[in-house]
This record gives sequence, structure tokens and C-alpha cells, in this order.
Amino acid sequence: MDIEEKLTRVRFRVDQAPHIKIDKSLCETCLDQVCLYVCPVKNYVLNQEEIVFSWQGCMECGACRIACENKAIDWSYPRGGFGVCLRYG
Amino acid sequence: MNNRSQEKYDVIVVGAGPAGSTAALAAARAGLKCVFFERAEEPGQKNMFGGVLHYSESLNELIPNYWTQAPVERYVTKYNTTFITPDSSISFTLEDARFGREPYNGFTLLRSKFDRWYAEKAREAGALLVPETTVDDLVWKDNRVTGVRTGRSDGVLHADAVIVANGANSLLAEKAGYAKNPSPSNFSVAAKEVLALPEETIDQLFELKGKEGLAHLFLGECTRGVEGGGFLYTNRSSLSIGVVAKLSALQRKKISIADLLENFKTQPLIKNKIKDATLKEYSGHLIPEGGYKTLPKLYGNGLLFAGDAAGFVCSTGLTLEGMNFAIASGLAAARAVVRAREKGDFSEGQLAYYQELLERNFVLQDLKTFRRAPAFLSNPRLYELYPPLACEIASRIYRVNGEPRKNILSIMREETKGKISMWGLVKDVIQGVRALIWT
Repeated sequence: MDIEEKLTRVRFRVDQAPHIKIDKSLCETCLDQVCLYVCPVKNYVLNQEEIVFSWQGCMECGACRIACENKAIDWSYPRGGFGVCLRYG
Repeated sequence: MNNRSQEKYDVIVVGAGPAGSTAALAAARAGLKCVFFERAEEPGQKNMFGGVLHYSESLNELIPNYWTQAPVERYVTKYNTTFITPDSSISFTLEDARFGREPYNGFTLLRSKFDRWYAEKAREAGALLVPETTVDDLVWKDNRVTGVRTGRSDGVLHADAVIVANGANSLLAEKAGYAKNPSPSNFSVAAKEVLALPEETIDQLFELKGKEGLAHLFLGECTRGVEGGGFLYTNRSSLSIGVVAKLSALQRKKISIADLLENFKTQPLIKNKIKDATLKEYSGHLIPEGGYKTLPKLYGNGLLFAGDAAGFVCSTGLTLEGMNFAIASGLAAARAVVRAREKGDFSEGQLAYYQELLERNFVLQDLKTFRRAPAFLSNPRLYELYPPLACEIASRIYRVNGEPRKNILSIMREETKGKISMWGLVKDVIQGVRALIWT
């Protein structure tokens, strides 16, 4: 089962404004691309050698923020009441 | 929160997880005017763990016989640890009937239900719960914390003390300069699925009866040798299945945590159990695993850190505890604030009582006892070399194929040859002994 299908089982209250911003100029020179591997929902993907990211399915774990030692990820929590709403946890 | 920003509280708690709700509950019971913030619509919606809540003396003190009213799933009577390779596995099982008697050794549970229930207890005790609110910063005056800045329009709220219990990814701890720049080698990430199965099926599959439960950890192929492991916990009518991996190891091996979970689910030991199960939820979370040596500063003037925000997770490889540490630290934080209020002194010197309480109970004692465990557990050989090695040696001990048999020492020599030197092996054993056995 792929991530998209798994995420259909999770409730989100998506905010229109992203709570994560990435500095793509730093990503261009990044060799590690660790964001591809640590995100549980694969919010970071490579598209023609460019890092593309989405915040809608974010689990708000912060793994990408800590793993990215280039500091290309400007990470904050979603606004109060928004984001992932786990029913089991 | 109309006009509430004008009011001053005795204590503000950031986070309504187990540490925060404990602090709020204990503070409110002691008669303190307490407010606790939760960024979700309801407590529990952002929370996830393996997992097991191990016996919590602190919780039992606050809510006697908590298991009779808390939304727990099963009490764990069976602990399994398995080394796993693509073709073989070795397991160690502990079953203890005493774990199935009061006060119970540990319960599987689902955090969204438990945390919501627990926050409600704090609210009933008189603490004010403010959901849907982020706490974006601490408010400082003359080198002491005097309140918090929330994401709400009426922003700032003041108190004599602030207990920060906002989880593993504590931006507040970093902003305050209490937690150092977090290192990928001190954090793991988990991916987990909750899979529904009928209660009777779970009883049958795992040889459990009544409310008995299983906690099963896996090492080796389940993470393709990446530092971390797989887990399976039985809930009442669902399974919690997931993988945990060190951030730095995922980077080194260029493997995705999400893919590791899929890989784990294809292992025969897991695959056969979940073939009829349906996915109820998928989630991910961060785990602070640096242990004692990477703990942040725990308190300051008008400020205390508890739970995951303080890095209170204790991993020994066989056991992984966090929730009971969170609850015990939340209670200690509240007690320190209650005493500070009696003395009319919320300075760092007075709040040092928090650390004293943590040193007196298991929180800092256990972390100190197993202070070398994080370094031992970040030895890659534990995950990529030893599980297949142990499985292969065991397999050859049992294997009968018409060839003349060899003694066990010869098998061990042949299997380790070229993989690790005798000296390397001895060093790893010594490190393991010093980390876990003779600490």
C-alpha cells in the first residue's frame, strides 16, 4: 500500500498556508537529501533532480527539521487546531 | 480567552500529553490556578507511541487503580524479542503471569483515546484547558520566564512558572537555549500503522486470553540492518505495528522510513499475522533517544521542562519507556512549582527541587543507570551483523543435511570469519555489558 492510500485513513484539517518552508537554493547544492528518507509520509520527493515538497499530509514529527543539517527547512507547527488529527495514535 | 490575558496564573503548562496533563492535574489538585495549552482540537490528536504504558506509580498516586477507568487496551503478559533475517529468526520470549495481576506491569493503549481521557481528568480537577492553541514563545523579563506568547490574537499570558511539556520536537526548548542544536544521531523517527483485527483472532494468533497482551520487538532485517527496530503490540481489537530508525542511519543508508515499514510488513512473521487486517490509521513521530548524556537543562527561573521535551525516554534495546517517565516528570514539575509557591520563590535555585525529585525517583536514576545504552545501541553491528550471524549459527546447530556435523565453536569461528575479529567481538560484548548489565 502506498503512502497516498495510507493517508486516506488519516484525518487532516489542512491550513491553506504551509507551516513548513524550504529554501530551495540550499537544496540545489545538497548531496545528502536526507529529507527523502526521514519523512514518514514522504512529503519530500525528487522531481527531475529537484526536491519538491508538500505539507498537507505532514505528521508534524519534525524529523526533517532535525535531519536537515543544511538548515534548509524552516519548520513550525501548524496553527492551533490545524494539521493532523489522529483518532487512534 | 476574552480578557483572560489580563489574568495571571500560578502556572502555565504547555502541552496536554501525559507530562502536561499530569502537571496540570497535580497543580490544580494542589489549589493552583493552572492553564494548560494544547495545539490540537482535542488532546491526543497529535500523540502517538508504540506502545506500552509501563506501570506508573505517579499515575496510580493521582488516580488510584487507574487501569479500572483509563482507556487501556490489554495488559502485557508476554514480551518477545526477535532477531530476524529474510529466511530465519531467533526469538526470546518472557511470559510472566504476575504481569497480568494488579497493579500490572504495563498496558498497551491508543494515545488519542488515553491522552484525551487524561486531559479531561486535569480539567475536572480545575485546570483550564485551552485547545487549538500553539505556544510560540516564552515571555522573559529580567532573565526569568514570566509567561508565554500564544498563537492567539490576544497573545500573551502571564504566570509565576511555566512547565514546558510540548513533546520531542520542542522548539521552545531550543529557543530558550536549554536544548542544544538537536543532532540527527540523537533522534529516531517512527512510522506506525494501526491495523484492525477481531479480538478473538488476536487472541488466537498470539496465544493470548482475556485481556492479555503482547509486546514484540524485532531487530535486523525488519529495518534492513538500519539502527532501529520493528515493533508489534496487541491492542484489544487492533495491532500497532511499526518501525523505528535513527535519523542519521536512514541518511547513511539512504532508506526511507516509510519503505522500511512496508518491508517490515512483508516479513513472514508479520505478513502471516496481518493478512486479514484492515488499516485504520497511519502515523509518524519523533523519539528523543540521546539519553542521560544529551539531556537539556531541566529548569531555570520560572521554567521547567518535562516529558519528551526534556528528553526523558529510556531505551535499553529490550525495553523502551517514555510515557511513565513523562508522567513521573510532570508530577515532579508540579510538585516543585507547588513548593515554590509556598516559598514565594520561583527562582532557579528554588526550582532545583525539581531535579532533586527526579533524582530521587526512577526518572534520572534509570537514565543514569543506562547512560551508556544510547552509544551501545548506535553500534551498527547490532543491527546489520549480529542478527543474521546469530540466526545463521543457530540454524547450523539445528541443520542436518548429510554432511558431518561440526561442533558449535567451529561453527561460530566459520561464521564470524571475515565479518568481525575476535577482538572486535570482545569489544562489542564489553560495551554491551557496560551499557546494560554491569553499569
